[in-house]
Formats: sequence, structure tokens, C-alpha cells
Amino acid sequence: MEILSLLGDGMLVAIQPLNLMLILVGVTLGLFIGAMPGLGSVNGVAILLPVTFLVPPGSAIIFLAAIYYGAMYGGAISSITLGIPGASTAVATTFDGRPLAMMGKARLALVAAAVGSFVGGTVSNILFTGFAPLLATVALSFGPPEIFALMLLAFATFVGLGGDDIAKTVFSICFGLVLATVGFDQISGAPRLVLFDLNGFLGGISFLVLAIGVYGIGEMLWTIESTRGEITKTDADISARGILEDVGESARKGWKGMSIGSFLGFFVGVLPAAGATPASLMSYAITKMSSRRPEEFGKGHVGGVAAPEAGNNSASTGSMLPMLTLGIPGSPTTAILLGGMVIWGLTPGPRLFVDQADFVWGLIGSFYVSNAFALLVNLSFIPLFIWVLRMPFTTLAPLIFVLSVVGGYAAMQDMFDIWLLLVFGFGAFFLRKFDYPLAPAVLAIVLGPIAEPTLRQSLLLSSGDPMIFFSRPISAPIMVVAIILIVMPAFKYLRPRRKRAAR
Amino acid sequence: MNILKSMALGIAALTISAPAAMAEWQPRKPIDFVIMAGPGGGADRIARFIQSVAEKKKLTRRPLIPNNKGGGSGAESLIWLNSTNDPDHTILVTLNSFFTTPIRQPDLGIDIQTFTPIAMMGVDPFALWVHSDSGIETFEQWLEAVRAADGEYVTGGTGTGQEDSIVFAYLDNAFELKTKYIPFDGGGAVAAALAGQQIMATVNNPSEARGFYDSGDLRPLLVFSDEQMDVYPGIPTLKEKGKDFSYYNQRAIVGAPGMSDEAAAYYQKLFEEIYNSEEWQGYLETEAMSPLWMEPDEQRAYWEVQVQTHSDLLARIN
Repeated sequence: MEILSLLGDGMLVAIQPLNLMLILVGVTLGLFIGAMPGLGSVNGVAILLPVTFLVPPGSAIIFLAAIYYGAMYGGAISSITLGIPGASTAVATTFDGRPLAMMGKARLALVAAAVGSFVGGTVSNILFTGFAPLLATVALSFGPPEIFALMLLAFATFVGLGGDDIAKTVFSICFGLVLATVGFDQISGAPRLVLFDLNGFLGGISFLVLAIGVYGIGEMLWTIESTRGEITKTDADISARGILEDVGESARKGWKGMSIGSFLGFFVGVLPAAGATPASLMSYAITKMSSRRPEEFGKGHVGGVAAPEAGNNSASTGSMLPMLTLGIPGSPTTAILLGGMVIWGLTPGPRLFVDQADFVWGLIGSFYVSNAFALLVNLSFIPLFIWVLRMPFTTLAPLIFVLSVVGGYAAMQDMFDIWLLLVFGFGAFFLRKFDYPLAPAVLAIVLGPIAEPTLRQSLLLSSGDPMIFFSRPISAPIMVVAIILIVMPAFKYLRPRRKRAAR
Repeated sequence: MNILKSMALGIAALTISAPAAMAEWQPRKPIDFVIMAGPGGGADRIARFIQSVAEKKKLTRRPLIPNNKGGGSGAESLIWLNSTNDPDHTILVTLNSFFTTPIRQPDLGIDIQTFTPIAMMGVDPFALWVHSDSGIETFEQWLEAVRAADGEYVTGGTGTGQEDSIVFAYLDNAFELKTKYIPFDGGGAVAAALAGQQIMATVNNPSEARGFYDSGDLRPLLVFSDEQMDVYPGIPTLKEKGKDFSYYNQRAIVGAPGMSDEAAAYYQKLFEEIYNSEEWQGYLETEAMSPLWMEPDEQRAYWEVQVQTHSDLLARIN
């Protein structure tokens, strides 16, 4: 009960005129920052941090939370309209968002993303309110073996999908894992796979650069090739009634993806190592796997947009938990918030919920309000984003190219990234020509850097004995499920043959 | 004619303003504020705190943008500074891996004496931590527990060859212990791993363990400073246990090699101002760091001493 009254106080603070205005401005700014490829919530919060010293700390937190929320919504916009992931957290949104836009259903995709984000945000806020201290304890019980088991499960969901060509999927995952090992080894500190001795590879391959290359440039080349230079235009109808109808449709078709994304995303976000990008990819994979028609995913399924968007918003709220209770920022954005907290004189740690209850619940209260406003602001801007799609592709293609290059440069301001981005773009185009699925490679690059150190830490713990994964109460069941999923395709492969032989 | 005239005027204006610009160098674009470690650790917190102080007091005309490059025990950041094409806008928050990484990886071709000294902001002590549920209350009990575990005692810290592993390696050597060392990607993750009892002991800096110390989850057994620390009353130093060893992590700011003297002077002044600010002095106190201001020349001499000390330490533990 005390929690509810503290939360109520927090919300009341959030709807005071000054704070409400900050929320509106923050959400709108965040939406556009998130929509710009290469600029994500990290940049948004970093750029606007100075502004927060002009207002009282309470309002400052509310403002930052609003930008954070706005940017999480905004990432989906360029993923859907242009096929360029607006932020690394929105990569999974391109898988089905872009095909939907190509089919003339951009509005539906944008609405599904907004509704998914809202549901993810709401569910995670409720979970945070109700179970924060409990979940912080659960997160601590996840050591290296548990996190590795979870990563293996995520890979298994991609292998076990059945519909795709399994051999090519496995190849794609392995290719991604190889790219994930480029750079310094976390355990020994030695440089690995520094291709052609280029210093740019020392820091590893930036996921955002890869994603923009593969989806921005690769997708553009693909569209140019498949339309053969014909002047094409994507139909997109704009009307308020249409948007409301789409809200209903995305709820009907995407509810399953949204619920999976909301709960899974929150949990993955709470784990100190993970964050919103793995959460959105895993939400997508599990939604696809549990669907009765997995083959529809990747071709424009509403659930394929709603699930990752619910997942990344939910994980963003979830990642606040390790930051507040353990002092470990779950994402780069929360790292900046952590810096702000330190100067406001707040020490993150298990005591924060007790010693600084006002701050914590004020923050959560503002999440609720920001989330609601982000939905409204996002929905009202949808016509503007669709208008972009009405441009003929001959105009749009150069725009995509420029935005991709600028977005790739903005992240690290290193020309090396641009060349890498172009190489990935062409590479992705040819892989796609030969029918190699790209999503598993992308997943591998996100999860590889989490899976590899945890695998090695686990084996160091057990002096090389792999049974460590099966002797711990949390990791054992996860490992078993993952292994079943991995070997399942082999059984599927054998069974029809036997049937045929019997006949 | 007009063009020529304006060009001439422009040149005249340049020559007039040039000496003034030399005297007052100012950053012309956001400053790349590189951190030699991952997010959540001591160095990262310091960087973000400094950034906040600079923003709050409006000390810089262009913002400091924190940039975590902790790969390869900081090798990533050293190479980044070494190869930057804009040394005037690139500065680094360092740890002791500033000394150890070039010693351990001579292939990187890093000579730290080419870097530009800017400011020594303080030194961070180390403490030996266990979980409160372990029942271990003194250093002697800890030694017993480690010996009883017979090689199965699990410690954890930051990357191999970094500060934490040096301290543990020293303990292993000096007391003839056998422990398993698990590297994590930052001091924050190390503290959480101990709080979750994934590992059995750490040598976190006070700031990294503070949240869990306040909540009673973690317990310090020993400090590696020269004298006992006020924040941990009654906790002995390693020197009191008969070993002549103290160890601190440097919290210093250095500039990229090839930074112009004007830019270096600007940053030296900037960080002196931050060092003397109420905020930084308060931070040193709450995070249990020791103040230690050094002029640029003293820093270079300090680097030389540290490189020698670390070469000896690394040679002894390998």
C-alpha cells in the first residue's frame, strides 16, 4: 500500500504544469532523436543532460525519462518507413515493419509499433512497481552459467524455427558469431581477428554500423534490383479513423507478440548483462516460434512489429532496475542517467529503494505519465512519417543512402565505420540473393559478446567441466529446453522420411 | 576587387586575432572524453561525475562526451588516442592499466611518455571484500578458508593483468594461496557478482562496493592503503599483516599524444578548476579516495616510477 501512495505522489508530481510541459517537449524531442538513424536515446539523453541542471532534480529526472521513452518509440519509425534501424534496439522491427510498409500498410505497422511500445511500457512499469526488490534478488542469482544458458536458448529459437533452410540458418549464426569475436578478448585482453591489421577492428564491429549497413544499404540495393528502376510509390492512406482502426487491428493480430515481448523483454532487461537490443530480438524470435504460422514472419506480420517494440520498451524500463539497485547500467542510456544521479547525490545500491524512496517512485511515476504521452504524441505524428513514404523510391533511395551514411558516422565519428557499413550493405545484398537468412547473423552479433565471456567464465568456475550448466537449478532447465529446440529440426527431418518409407 | 578587398581584410583580421587565440585556446567541437574501462566501474563513474560538474558549472564551451573504450584492458582506448587525428579534442580518464597494458602488450606500440599529462585527480584505494553470509570476519579466517578450499576458492575482478588481478596475484604469491580468478567486464559487474555469491571474494574500490557495503551484503576484511581508512574503522591494512605492499588506482586525466601546448594548458586549467571544486572534493570524500594533485612535470615523473613498479610487480607474479 505504501508503494501505491508513493507512486501516486510520483505521478502527481509528474503532472504539475512545468513537469507536464517537460514531458511533452521531452517525448517529442525523443521521438525525433530516436527516429534519426544513428541517434538513439543515448545521444538524446547526453545532448540534453545540461538542460536538466536548469530545473530542479525532480523535474530533471522526469525530462530525461520522457526523452528516453520518446526515443524508444521513435526508433521504430525509420525502421518501418525507410528500412534503416533508427537505433540498435529497433533492428528487429525492420524484419516485418519494412515488408508491411512495402505492402502499403505502413500506417498499420507504425500503429502496431506504437501500441506495442505502449503495452510493453505499461506492463514493465507495473512489474517494476510490484516486484522491483524481488526481481533485483533474482537478477543477482543469474551468474555466468545462467546467462549463457539463456543465450543458448535465444540461439535455439532461431535454429528451431523449421520453416527456413536450417543449414543456411546455422551458417548465418556461425558467420555472425565470428564477426562478434572481432576486437579485444574480454578474458585475456588480447586482440583477436584484427582483419588486415586495421585499427578500426580493435574495438570490435559496432552493431549499429552493421545493422544500418545490412538493413539500410542492403535493403535499398535489394529494392532497386527488384524494381528494376521502375518508378514505384508506396500507397499510404492517412486518416484519423484509419489510425483508430489500425489500433484495433494491431491489438487483435499482435496481442500475442505484445504479451511475449512485454514479459520476456522486462526480464531480459533486468539481467545486468543484457539490455534492450537482445530483448527485442529474443521477443521477435520467441513470438515467431510460438506462432502457428511462423512462415508469415519476415513477410509483414503485425506480431513481428509489435513483439520487438513491446520487448525493447519493456527492457528499457527493466534495465533501470540493475542501475538503481546494483549500480550497473544495463544500457548506455542508463549509464548517463547514473552520472546524473551521482551529481544529484544519490548512491545506487540496494538501499536506494529505502533511503531515496521519493526519488525512485517519482521516477517510476514519471515513466507511467511519459509512456502515455509518448503514445499520444507518436500516434499524432504518424501522418507526417507516412508522408515520407509517398515519395517515389527514386527520390527515397538517395535519401536512405545519405541517412545511412550519416547515421553510421554519427555513432562513433569514425570514417572507418562508413567503409565497413558499405561492405556490410553489399555483403548483405549478395547473401540475400543466395537466400541466406540475415536475422540469425544479426542476432549472433548481439548475443555473441554476451554468450562467449559467460561461457568462458562458467568453464573457469568449474575448471573446464561442462556439467556446471546442468548442475545449477536455474541454468539446468533452460539448457535442457535449448538443447531440445536445437535437436528438434533433426527429428522433423527424420520423421517424414520414415513415414514415406512406411508407405 | 570586392573579393580581394574582403580577403585582405580577412587576413588582417586573422593576424590580429591570432595571438589572442593562442593565449585563449578554446575547444571548437565536443571533446571526446574517452574512458579506459567499461560502464559502471570506478573510472566510468568518475568520468560521468566530471562531465556533470563541467555541465553544471558551465566550465567548457563544448561538452565533454564520455566514450567507453575498455577493450583489451584499456588497450583499445590507448590505440584510439594514439591514432586520433584531432589530439586537441581527445582526452582520457585513466586507471593503472595505463601503465600495465603497454608493458603486457608491447606489440601495441604504445609509449605512454608521448601522451600529454593533464591532471591527477586522486588515487583510489583497494579493499578485500567477501559476502557477509560467508561467515568470514577477519583476514586470518579468510586465509584459512582459501587454504581449506584447496584451489577451488573463486575470486573475481576486472580483466586479466588489470589492477584487481595484480592485487590477487600478489596475495596468492605472498601467502602461498591458490585461487581461481574470473575476469568480468567492469568493477560494477564484479561487485554484483559477489553480492549474488557467484564468486567468493573481490578487491573492489570503495566506490564500486559502496552500495552493497551500505546494505550490509558485503564486508571488507583488509585494505591495501598505507594507513587504515576512516570509512572502514578497525579494518587492518596489509602492512599491519607484515607485507610491505600498498596499492592504489590512479584517477588521472591525460591528453592524446601530439596535443598542442595551448590545448594542454586549457585542459590543465579546466581540470584544476574541477579538482578544486566543492563537488569534486566532496566526491573524493564520499567515495573514500585520497586527494593527490600533481603538476604536469610531476605527473611525468610519477608515470616513470609507476611503469617501473608495475614492471616489477608483473614480473614477480608471472
